[in-house]
Amino acid sequence: MRRPSALLDMRNDFVRQMLIEMERDPAIVLLTGDLGFRAFEPIRERFPDRFMNVGIAEANMVGVAAGLALTGYKPFVYSIASFASMRCYEQIRTDVCYHGLDVKIVAAGGGFNYAHQGVTHHTVEDLACMRVLPGMRVLCPGYSWEATEATRALSVSPGPAYLRLGKSPNVPYDEGRFTFQIGKGYVIRDGADGVLCVTGNVIDLALAVSDRLALAGVSLAVASFPTIKPLDESLLAAFAARVPALYTLEEHSTIGGLGGAVGEWLAESGVQGMRFRRFGFPDRFITDVGSRDYLLACAGLDPARIAAAILSDRSSSSV
Amino acid sequence: MNDMSFNATPSAASAADIHAIARDMRRLVVDMAYRTRTAHLGPALGIVEMLAVLYFRVLEISPAAANAPQRDRFILSKGHAAAALYAALAHRGFITRESALEQYCVDGGRFHGHPCMHAGPGIEFSTGSLGHGLSVAAGIALGLRRQGNPARVYTLMGDGECQEGSVWEAAMFAHTHGISGLTVLVDQNGFQGFGATGEVHRVDLARLWAACGWDVQVCDGHDPAALEQALRAAQATENPSVILAQTVAGKGIPSLEKTLLSHYAVLDEPGYAEAIRALGYEK
Repeated sequence: MRRPSALLDMRNDFVRQMLIEMERDPAIVLLTGDLGFRAFEPIRERFPDRFMNVGIAEANMVGVAAGLALTGYKPFVYSIASFASMRCYEQIRTDVCYHGLDVKIVAAGGGFNYAHQGVTHHTVEDLACMRVLPGMRVLCPGYSWEATEATRALSVSPGPAYLRLGKSPNVPYDEGRFTFQIGKGYVIRDGADGVLCVTGNVIDLALAVSDRLALAGVSLAVASFPTIKPLDESLLAAFAARVPALYTLEEHSTIGGLGGAVGEWLAESGVQGMRFRRFGFPDRFITDVGSRDYLLACAGLDPARIAAAILSDRSSSSV
Repeated sequence: MNDMSFNATPSAASAADIHAIARDMRRLVVDMAYRTRTAHLGPALGIVEMLAVLYFRVLEISPAAANAPQRDRFILSKGHAAAALYAALAHRGFITRESALEQYCVDGGRFHGHPCMHAGPGIEFSTGSLGHGLSVAAGIALGLRRQGNPARVYTLMGDGECQEGSVWEAAMFAHTHGISGLTVLVDQNGFQGFGATGEVHRVDLARLWAACGWDVQVCDGHDPAALEQALRAAQATENPSVILAQTVAGKGIPSLEKTLLSHYAVLDEPGYAEAIRALGYEK
């Protein structure tokens, strides 16, 4: 357990680790679409020749990154998640993924992290957009350690990847037990009555749900999936062998993200009689004005309602 | 990352040979289009001289070392003219003429209607979605400059393609970052998918490119000497350089020349016979 007091921006974890990786590997370059104020200054100062503000032009940024990758560089490109994923989606698809190039897309503030800034800055569909791209790996860390380790792992793992960064929650997280690998999930809290699989910075929400259920005598495990593609199917299978319910929670649409991935896996897994429910954003834009917590509640993602839905599932099920 | 052992294999073609090479390339393009009943004949025929000059007079390349780090790079950003690229690669020895003819747009073949870099040596990037080529070319040129690699990067795009916003993102970027050794050829044939380019967007391309900081030249896109002169002039400047090549869509087949239809027309037997005769072949 560490950092008990503050909600920390994973960008800082990314920058700290990038300074290490850029020192190690001179082929790594960082391109930004005019963002990174009060975050990227240390990289710009330490590596002025390998940091480039390419301007507010995301499509060109990804195309240039593809060209750099073709000459042996390892570009990381950076913008706010909604722009990094969708403004240049076709360039990511065709220039990067089709050619299998070593370009990493770094997306800041997925979900409601830019809460007050409105719908243009909310990202409810990026994980789905990225998951469907052939060859694309999709990482969505939920905690400071996961963000640091994802940055480290991606910097030595060639090929396309998408890294969504949010805020690291103030929760118990004993990373000393874990060894990070792309494609691996981590059990934050064990339980016997079901598992809540989460991706991204909603681990605090998941633990709050688990706490509530504990008061009702229900033991809900919480597992963090900092990678949703490739999916840690062995962790899912291990849970499926010993708990009667699988749930997913993410700061993303219920369509196509972690919930979609786990649901697809479950449907084809041969596992019988498993309760399953996805918690995420409904299939509409959340147009309310407010803080991240307020908007999450507007989307139905608050501990009380999630816990109530899980209890309701249990009471209506014969399993 | 540099391999200093690379030696480009110069083509034996003299400037005077380009006309004959262009004629042969057109024949291959027409044969490919007729054999497969595929479209985009007009765009392919319109860029033949540009590709002939590039592949036989300008590009420092070698079919025997198609991936040598010090080779010049060419990206056909207007990927729908792919047949002309395959014809150039076949004539220059990167692929065989037979494979271009027999593997193009057929079941189980190698060559799509838009270029795929996995299909064969000499295809530097997969294109087909307009507006991508210049950003990638700029990225390659940036990488080469950083490595001290003298190789040059060329891309050919359509005048209609210049309506894609990403073209101007890339144009501003390349100038701002002083990317040298980067040359764009614009195939200014005046037609695009569903209209005349000057009617769909009323812009002065020369002024637009100049406003982005590029050196701008205008030349006859079917005159090999003029094209070579413009390309040499582009090599002599440190600035990114654009050549607005004035061309005729469907060049070489009179019934298709300067028509929107040339983008879509599929050759039937009489059309093929006319095309072959127009190119000066008996059969």
